[in-house]
Amino acid sequence: MAADDPVAADPAAEGPSVGPPADHPVDQPVDHVYVDDLVTSSRTGSRRATARLLSIVERGGDAADLVAAATHPHVGTAHVVGMTGAPGSGKSTITGVLTTLLAGTGRCPAVLAVDPSSPLTGGAILGDRIRMGDAAASGVFIRSMATRGHAGGLALAVPGAVRVLVAAGYDPVFIETVGVGQVEVDVTAAADTTVVVVAPGWGDAVQANKAGLLEIADLFVVNKADRPGAADARRDLELMIDLSVITGRVGSVRPAVLMTTATESEGIEALAGAIDDHFRLLAGGSGLALCRERRRLAEVAAHLDHLLALAAEGVLADDPGSPSTGLELPTATARRLADRLLRGVSGAVTEGTDRPGTQGQANRDRRTGTGELE
Amino acid sequence: MGTSEIDTPTGSGPPIRVVLAKLGLDGHDRGLKVVARMLRDAGMEVVYLGLRQTTGTIVTAVEQEDADVVGISMHNAGHLTLGPMIVRALVDADLEVPVVIGGVLPDVDLPELAAAGVAAVLGPGAPVDEVVATVRAAARGNGGR
Repeated sequence: MAADDPVAADPAAEGPSVGPPADHPVDQPVDHVYVDDLVTSSRTGSRRATARLLSIVERGGDAADLVAAATHPHVGTAHVVGMTGAPGSGKSTITGVLTTLLAGTGRCPAVLAVDPSSPLTGGAILGDRIRMGDAAASGVFIRSMATRGHAGGLALAVPGAVRVLVAAGYDPVFIETVGVGQVEVDVTAAADTTVVVVAPGWGDAVQANKAGLLEIADLFVVNKADRPGAADARRDLELMIDLSVITGRVGSVRPAVLMTTATESEGIEALAGAIDDHFRLLAGGSGLALCRERRRLAEVAAHLDHLLALAAEGVLADDPGSPSTGLELPTATARRLADRLLRGVSGAVTEGTDRPGTQGQANRDRRTGTGELE
Repeated sequence: MGTSEIDTPTGSGPPIRVVLAKLGLDGHDRGLKVVARMLRDAGMEVVYLGLRQTTGTIVTAVEQEDADVVGISMHNAGHLTLGPMIVRALVDADLEVPVVIGGVLPDVDLPELAAAGVAAVLGPGAPVDEVVATVRAAARGNGGR
């Protein structure tokens, strides 16, 4: 590690510290000098600096904004590929073999592997690296991320983490989602190319036509193609795509269905080729620009949702109840709280919103007497 | 609203990140799986590497995952060789991350492991509270990183 690596250096720099959290080792103050140094190191090959930037992004808040500002100018046209599918379908194994292949051809892939956090304790077991030993040995940068309470199959920090990796020079960047069910489709906005992985026995033709996951694929992979039922899975997917063509849901390019046996590296070269082809297709037209704009809007929406959810938690915790608590319909309670929340937001613009805790009745009258609306 | 309130839903800061692995030829990973579960249920993020890791794969994972603690499980009586080896590999990589070793470790060996820089040792039958407290203390002791 170079002596000028800011990670190794003892930062005497003072700045706005993003407070040492209760259950975490004391960290260095994160100011813009520190972040800029990290970005410089990261861009000149320090994996440790890249890893530290990813931690800051995961932690969120002002420091993450500093990283976003410092990495954004370096975001070029790297290809971002989403890998999604049900638990156990082979996402990690495919991603591991695929990135090993790409690294072997002189490219510089990175992986963000997302696994779920416990909704009860916040803890997580991040097990994707188990399947990516060869990739790590081939120089692929792999980072495991927990969802930390975010729904939709990804962590809130994924777009910021992708920026860090792209700024560091990684291309392509693979995002591996948690094992998904039917509706966790956030990855499609976060990536340029979405690969949906299924395994034989995943469902029948009716499953294939249900809404959600299968609507978002740019490419399908039937993994474990050496197992019975692989041909059936392929047929069901092709039929589903046929119907999508009839109803006009497929654009100019029909999503391909590829067969792989990732544990034997079968079909992986064809998959790599198909992923590259999709990127060329996007880059050749206006597709890539649309992807990037969609990604920006999705990131804004995700953060907005997050802030609103936190505010809603606060309003719920502070709720003094209605005179008829227990008798009030849940929907009525929700409307009453939404009302208060939205007034809180408009009050926040002028700062100093009074907590309504002691003013329950007045708030229910929608005229608080605290001057928020006047 | 404070920054930390916005970004840590639990309000207690980001979780401790622990890399768990078995080093070398040692096929008994049941204990490691139990420890992974204990740490998960204590709110930590466990990067699980599992069986047949080398000092190289562990150092790579610690670096890329920005881990706070490394936990190694050993049941093959190799701890006096492999324990100091992983500590040295991390130091050589300029990664000052504490190493906790769990497994069947005779008391007589503990001073040598401590002298080699192993942060803490957990024996068989260590209760959940002790495992969690030991890893947490190791992570806290790592404040200089």
